[in-house]
Amino acid sequence: MLDVTNITGGYGKEPVVKDVSFHVHKGEVLGILGPNGSGKSTLIKIISGILPKIRGSITIDGQDASLYSQKEFARKVAVLPQLHAHAFSHSVLETVSLGRYPHQSGIFSSWSDEDEQAVTEALTLTAITRYKDTLIDLLSGGEQQRVFVAQALAQEAPILLLDEPTNHLDIAHQQQLLDTIRRQAVDKGLTVISVFHDINLAAMYCDRLLLMDEGRIAKIGFPQDVIIEASIQSVYKARVRTQPHPELPKPQITLLPDMKQEKLSFTVNREDFTTSSEYVVLHAGGPLKTLSSAVHNPGLGWYRTFINRHVDLNYNCDDVKVEMASYLEQQGFSGADTVGMMTAVATEHVEIGEYNGEFGTVLIAVTAGIGNAVDVSEALTRDREQRIGTINTWVIVNGELPDEAFIQAMITATEAKTKALQTEEVKDPLTGTIATGTSTDSLLVAATQQGEHLPYAGPITPLGKLIGHGVYDCTVRAIREYKKAKGWIN
Amino acid sequence: MNKSSVAYIVSIATLIVAVWLGVSIGTVKIPVSTFWNTTADATATSILWKIRMPRVVLAGLVGASLAIAGAAFQGLLKNPLADPYTLGVSSGASVGAVMTLFFGISIPFLGNYTLPVFSMVGAALTMFFVLGFARLVDRTMKMETIILTGIIFGSFLGSVLSLMIALTGEELRQIIGWLLGSVSMRGWNYITMILPFIIIGSFMLWLNRRELNAMLFGEERAHHLGVNVKQRKFMILIGGSILTGSAVAVSGTIGFVGLVVPHMTRLLWGSDHRHLLTLSFMNGASLLIICDLIARTIISPTELPVGVITAFIGAPVFAFIFYKQRRQGAM
Repeated sequence: MLDVTNITGGYGKEPVVKDVSFHVHKGEVLGILGPNGSGKSTLIKIISGILPKIRGSITIDGQDASLYSQKEFARKVAVLPQLHAHAFSHSVLETVSLGRYPHQSGIFSSWSDEDEQAVTEALTLTAITRYKDTLIDLLSGGEQQRVFVAQALAQEAPILLLDEPTNHLDIAHQQQLLDTIRRQAVDKGLTVISVFHDINLAAMYCDRLLLMDEGRIAKIGFPQDVIIEASIQSVYKARVRTQPHPELPKPQITLLPDMKQEKLSFTVNREDFTTSSEYVVLHAGGPLKTLSSAVHNPGLGWYRTFINRHVDLNYNCDDVKVEMASYLEQQGFSGADTVGMMTAVATEHVEIGEYNGEFGTVLIAVTAGIGNAVDVSEALTRDREQRIGTINTWVIVNGELPDEAFIQAMITATEAKTKALQTEEVKDPLTGTIATGTSTDSLLVAATQQGEHLPYAGPITPLGKLIGHGVYDCTVRAIREYKKAKGWIN
Repeated sequence: MNKSSVAYIVSIATLIVAVWLGVSIGTVKIPVSTFWNTTADATATSILWKIRMPRVVLAGLVGASLAIAGAAFQGLLKNPLADPYTLGVSSGASVGAVMTLFFGISIPFLGNYTLPVFSMVGAALTMFFVLGFARLVDRTMKMETIILTGIIFGSFLGSVLSLMIALTGEELRQIIGWLLGSVSMRGWNYITMILPFIIIGSFMLWLNRRELNAMLFGEERAHHLGVNVKQRKFMILIGGSILTGSAVAVSGTIGFVGLVVPHMTRLLWGSDHRHLLTLSFMNGASLLIICDLIARTIISPTELPVGVITAFIGAPVFAFIFYKQRRQGAM
């Protein structure tokens, strides 16, 4: 569709864009990224013919772009500008109709049905039909930008160039605009080349990305190949971390601001735990990075308060999450800052331990109910619903852990728990074999993310050893407490 | 009936009324029936066809030219304060015209048209100097920059004009006096002298009506919409210069018509150049006919230069537009 070959050019004598080559095929959305002054806007301006090129060629639909007349070119390539103010005001309809300019010829150049249809369709696609007779000045920035999208669509060119189209738009308008354009690419085969300021937006909406650095292509490829920490850091000179998009297989980046000094220094101690018949609660001195399978605020996040709540053995609720959230509110906990678990075990029977290592301390808290013990290796043969009965395990680390260490910590803690069940000879009542856990166990690993950096938490690492020992120790004691309460042992 | 049909009907009606008032009112009342009544009083017929009609037609043509040129300049420069007068183009045209008289230039094959042609050349040269200098000062060509440049060039050319007038003999001084903004005592030969140029100039601008719409969004945007910006811009500037030059050649510097008329027309009927140009043309004619009527009757028997009346209306409108634009800019 569009071939750019060895393009060099820019404003003055010193070229801004140097020897850039790439190919875009029909229906593809290509995003151009790069720091300020890297030449991304200049590149778009050279392609659209606003700025001259010193060397190289641009081929559109197999023909050299410089051979097209101005109108022919406009029938091939539409451009969506950045928003700016205008001295006089056209109505929305007049503005969109201007998009038909390259399709009109002759002195009187009558307005054809085709023109009318293209304009109507463009108005519909951008949802601005109802503003048709309004002056564009009277519209908000986001709506104005939609008018220009409609104008570009009315032009019915197979290629659309955009220069930071979402500048000055709020996120809802950014989304609307890019959704509309993306849909045109997918449904109608519109070829899109767009300059982006926002790396994350570009990664979400583009099929491929072109990263520019000082006028040259630093990287071109699929978003996952371009949005790499090392290349973003070296091109943009900013500290970033990549992470997955929650819904799409697209990488996203987050800035890592230089705020280490501002971080409140704290450690978590045994004294931070409070136990009552209602719940066990941990109030940490600062937010902990947490990974858990809790009921309230599960998954990964930063939280200050952790609660393991006692519920009745017959607790039954249609929507556990909603009930839990309203319970936390009633009890005066902040819903956003609290991780919540539930247990049928009397919370006074919690076993909390503080374990010292060379790097610092690890705190373990376990409540164990084993009425519902399961041997996971035999679980396939089970067919009936289980009663409530849970082992809830918390692992709190005074140290700094990478993501993988969180997962290793979870494995280590689970293995230690299973070993404790073995030691206590807790059996699956259905199979009669040694149980590996219960049907609704929950696990939480949280770390202060300050102090010593602890890269691993496998069973024989300094951290893993403490977790393994601590979880085993606390779980065994918690099971004994449970058995005592049930009157099975003295 | 749509809005643009209404606009055309209203504008045509206004023009008819203006012509009617223009020919009938004066020291001698001429009934409008003199037009078709073959048995009318001979003096009345003579006044109508020899004095009133040429004056009204000339006023109409000058007003129309300045208004359509103003509308085009404003659209092209995206500057609501631009018109042949504020840009200094009228002064350039005057210098061109006066030079022709001062040096007694007569180019054989141009004959009668020597004066308007030199006037147009003066207009065009000034136009390119003003825009060139404004661009040199400020690449974005802000509204104020262009107008200031126009004032600088206008003042300079004005002094050149005064100097030339001071140096001329007594008999030329009279002719040059005409060039200070009046449409009186010209006769039909002046009309035939400028009519072809007005037709050409207006047609050149009208051909660019859609391009002007596109250029309201900036030259870059117009380029993207498929407009051959360089060529079209040149055509519009030349068309505007031809119109300004023709108008100035017969009436001298009449200010603000090109500012007031497009502004009012835009306010009433919108800024779509497909209609704005034609409507401004008609409304410009009406306005100058009325202004000339006022100029020659208000302190009768003494006649005021028509430029006094247009400035009296135009300067406050200029101030108002400037105020409005700046307030918008401040927000």
